[in-house]
Amino acid sequence: MTGIRISVPDTAPAGEIIDIRVMIQHPMESGFRRDNRGGAIPRDIITRFECTYAGETVFAADFHPAIAANPLLSFHTRAIESGVLEFRWTDQDGQVWRETAEITVT
Amino acid sequence: MMTRSGLCLLFLFAFGACGGAVDDTERRSAVPSPLRSGVTFLTPETQALQVDAFANPGFLWVDRGRELFSVARDASPACSSCHGDDGTELAGVTASYPAWDTASGALLNIEGRINACRQRHQRRSPLGYESDDLLALTAFVGHLSRGEEVSVEIAPETRGAFERGEAYFFTRRGQFNLSCAQCHKDSWGQQLRGDTISQGHGNGFPAYRFEWQTLGSLHRRLSDCDQGVRAEPMGLGSDTYVELEFYLAVRATGLEVETPGIRR
Repeated sequence: MTGIRISVPDTAPAGEIIDIRVMIQHPMESGFRRDNRGGAIPRDIITRFECTYAGETVFAADFHPAIAANPLLSFHTRAIESGVLEFRWTDQDGQVWRETAEITVT
Repeated sequence: MMTRSGLCLLFLFAFGACGGAVDDTERRSAVPSPLRSGVTFLTPETQALQVDAFANPGFLWVDRGRELFSVARDASPACSSCHGDDGTELAGVTASYPAWDTASGALLNIEGRINACRQRHQRRSPLGYESDDLLALTAFVGHLSRGEEVSVEIAPETRGAFERGEAYFFTRRGQFNLSCAQCHKDSWGQQLRGDTISQGHGNGFPAYRFEWQTLGSLHRRLSDCDQGVRAEPMGLGSDTYVELEFYLAVRATGLEVETPGIRR
């Protein structure tokens, strides 16, 4: 079960700065913890997030073990043209989760 | 810091030596005044996170629950075929749970109710108590009652369960020899290990706890509390915890349902 939540305005006037919020369900297991029998819990983290808007990268982030589970990101971009925002998370093993949102610029 | 928590524990050990039978004076004072939800003991930022319907991570489970609620599988009807699209028929119901189920002659909490429904009407196997799917459905059904006041009444059938739940609340247990009441009735608002002791209400559950980094049931929280006083925890979904949950719900009458809540 991997849930993804995206908050992008449906429409925005051209030139306006828009607020984007994204959340993904992920344990972000740091690799530093031990289970109740003393065994190491292997690291399992997302390492990269990227957001593209009309094909161009507008925001990216590298994740490290200190990021909490179910990471929430909040960032801004300028509404330039109607198009698709794509959000992409990549974990340490190369698994990718994708989600898109459309925005109409007036 | 250490001295402070040490003193606090000493205080708890030294006083409140009466345990076991619950006398009327204790029972009357068991409802804290003023009644304060656990969320009021958190920082303003954490309180804001709980009411933010986007950023509250508990809504990941609510989303998942909504999906499970409306999907028919293995030739069994979807929950929504009886309870309305998006569970409209279930708005407000969690506020009156745990409740007596006449068909099975048992006290059921929402988790129990969902599993009973699955077995009776969907002919499907019950979900594991702390499984993501049961948490998701419980969180989804619970969030339909967000803002409703908890109003659980004691019926003749549930009188015994209430009394057993109450006895559990007042009974000292574990190596620390502490009862729920010694912290959550006598000492709420005081500091314990860098944390403020809450009044011990279940109105935010299933809740997202930072300590867990995930959503968890009230029974998981109760189990944690039992382990905290070094007592053997009861099973998740056990009759004992359902009865305790019932007692706590009666005690929390008037507080708003906050599912999915945020807790430390």
